[in-house]
Amino acid sequence: MATQTQPPVGTWRNPLAVIGDKWDGVVNAYNRQPLLVRALLIALVLVLVYALPLLRPPVLTTQNIDFGGVMFRVAAFALVALGLNIVIGYAGLLDLGYVGFYATGAYTTGVLTAQHGSWPFFLALPIAIVVTMITGVILGAPTLRVRGDYLAIVTLGFGEIIRICVKNIEWLGASAGIKDIPHPNTIGPAANPPFDKGGLFEIPRVQWDGLTPSLDYDHATHFLVFGALDAIPYYWLLLTALILVLIGDRLIKASRVGRAWEATREDEDAAELMGVPTFKYKLMAFALGAAIGGLSGAFYASGQGGYISPDSFPLLLSMLFVAAVIVGGSGNRWGAIAGGALVAYLPERFREFADYRLLVFGLALTVLAVWKPDGLLPPRRVRRAKAAEAEIDALELGEDDGGVKA
Amino acid sequence: MTVTTYSVHDLFGSFDNFASYTTGGLVYGAIYALIALGYTMVYGVLQLINFAHSEVFMYGTFAVAWTFVFLHGTDSASQSLGEALPILLVALLVAMFVSALVALLLERVAYRPLINKNAPKLIALISAIGASFALAEAMGLRDRFAKWVGLDDNLKDYVSPEKARDVYSNPVTINPHDLFSIGGYTVTDVDLVVIGAAILMMVALDQFVRRTRFGRGIRAVAQDPESAALMGVNSTRVVQVTFLIGGLMAGVAATLYMLKIGSTRQNAGFILGVKAFTAAVMGGIGNLRGALLGGLLLGVMENWGSAVFGSQWKDVVAFVLLVLILLVRPSGLLGEALGKARA
Repeated sequence: MATQTQPPVGTWRNPLAVIGDKWDGVVNAYNRQPLLVRALLIALVLVLVYALPLLRPPVLTTQNIDFGGVMFRVAAFALVALGLNIVIGYAGLLDLGYVGFYATGAYTTGVLTAQHGSWPFFLALPIAIVVTMITGVILGAPTLRVRGDYLAIVTLGFGEIIRICVKNIEWLGASAGIKDIPHPNTIGPAANPPFDKGGLFEIPRVQWDGLTPSLDYDHATHFLVFGALDAIPYYWLLLTALILVLIGDRLIKASRVGRAWEATREDEDAAELMGVPTFKYKLMAFALGAAIGGLSGAFYASGQGGYISPDSFPLLLSMLFVAAVIVGGSGNRWGAIAGGALVAYLPERFREFADYRLLVFGLALTVLAVWKPDGLLPPRRVRRAKAAEAEIDALELGEDDGGVKA
Repeated sequence: MTVTTYSVHDLFGSFDNFASYTTGGLVYGAIYALIALGYTMVYGVLQLINFAHSEVFMYGTFAVAWTFVFLHGTDSASQSLGEALPILLVALLVAMFVSALVALLLERVAYRPLINKNAPKLIALISAIGASFALAEAMGLRDRFAKWVGLDDNLKDYVSPEKARDVYSNPVTINPHDLFSIGGYTVTDVDLVVIGAAILMMVALDQFVRRTRFGRGIRAVAQDPESAALMGVNSTRVVQVTFLIGGLMAGVAATLYMLKIGSTRQNAGFILGVKAFTAAVMGGIGNLRGALLGGLLLGVMENWGSAVFGSQWKDVVAFVLLVLILLVRPSGLLGEALGKARA
């Protein structure tokens, strides 16, 4: 609906809005393709995405920081955003304490593999997911009775409670954190220093001299060697997890559960009256979202550094997670992934600005929000609704000139 | 697991400690309450969590510190409240001005475009988070900005790179004077001023909203924006005034904070903002009296909690308390007054 303060449509278009519309055009063009073409496109994109840290495209590659590591962080953020998208985008529950689940997953992994046990990573991973899911239910059961912004502040409180707890409980390493969290096992022959780094085979990476590529054998990635040296295998692992979660996400969104979420989000009372047990479904969304956050946290814990501390999980991170989902387009899984990638990537790309990067990032976030209020990739339903609304507005503008209406 | 030393006896065993923790909590609670006003007003009118309000407060604290620098010099000194009072009053005005300015800027840049576009509420939260980041970072980089305008030499004592991200202290520390004691807690003049000023501001605001024409406009927009617009209320103006008032209150809070605590940081606002928002929610967001009640209650409860469980659990106590209250009363202690009741 237009308000009085809105300028008349069509007088001046800012260039950003034009780019935004072009992007919408690309999305629409993709949606019009037949299934086969779309599948092929996706496959192509997947290959590119897997190869990205090896290809090191000139403009994208970060200068002062290892690109593989950045890509790992980007994928981790995308995974988190995907999980949070279930909570915020599908079920409409504003969760500002999502970092708590991320921390729970990371700490469960840390405790089982390093602090109080020496489990292998892949054994600890499912436990971490289950523990986080249970945490989600425990947190959700009492709090999901409150709604809207009250829920936001309660979850924010929980995120902070978890951080303070790990900071003060000696059993969890207190403020020193947990270090030497083991890496996942190498696939292929084990490392045999000093010359053989193990793994199945080596993949050289591309280096660019201006725009001419060449292969760089000195910085080869050893296929599926997880260690402190190279983050690219972690990236692949995480990306695979991301794709699996994505498939699960698609299945559940299209199921009865997904529809129940959407009904709850749009009008909780109506959904309840129509026989949807909204509380049950909200709790389910919370638990599922939590589990995905825990999964990402577990990967983070066992990542390159293998070190976590309470300072790794500030409340600010929670805000960034939410920002990722909303910026990308809440309710659209691709939007969430894009948002997550963007929010993780931008500060790293801006590292040349050193101290200014957070300032630039903050401004970018505000500009992005003001420029595309529905997110970069709003769900199809929202786009259709917007289009219909614009059409009605245009009709009304034509009839009662000026279109002043409340 | 560390066994936290339970000292319930310390707290409730002797009245002395109990009174002392209570009074101490009230002082902090008064500051929370003032900041909470900014959240509660904006929420009441726009149904938005103004996340960058913490930065509005933070800019106020720096305004106070720098007023002292300009009027008193950079050499650290300590004065009694009486001696510092003239500078303090100037600082109060400057802080209110600066905070209100930041709040208005925020409304103009981060909120109005979105309100005009009728954007989803959530996106305003993101825009505010972005603005909050940018504002905090801008304060953290004040040494660079000073260099750009060629003032770094003149201002080097308080914008030097090593200070820009550090804790920044007020050059003049206020020496509190003991006045009288309640059950072992010596109430100082600073405490009295903080609590008194906070309550005074709250009462003034409450009366403003209840009795003036503008107050009526604010309540009307909070109740039903569309009907209010039809009745001739300029909602843009109302929103602006709401932000202005929130900023003014944050400026007062900043002055009291610097009076009591005396040091700030470019991210000082964040946790305080979260606490203040908690206070607002606790009392019933959108409810001015609720903000006062929530703030004082939060301050006191937090202090009791830190007495019982140890100071590191202070924030946990605050949030657990919040959850408990919301479970019993899902719309806060006093309910929502400014905003319409939601389903």
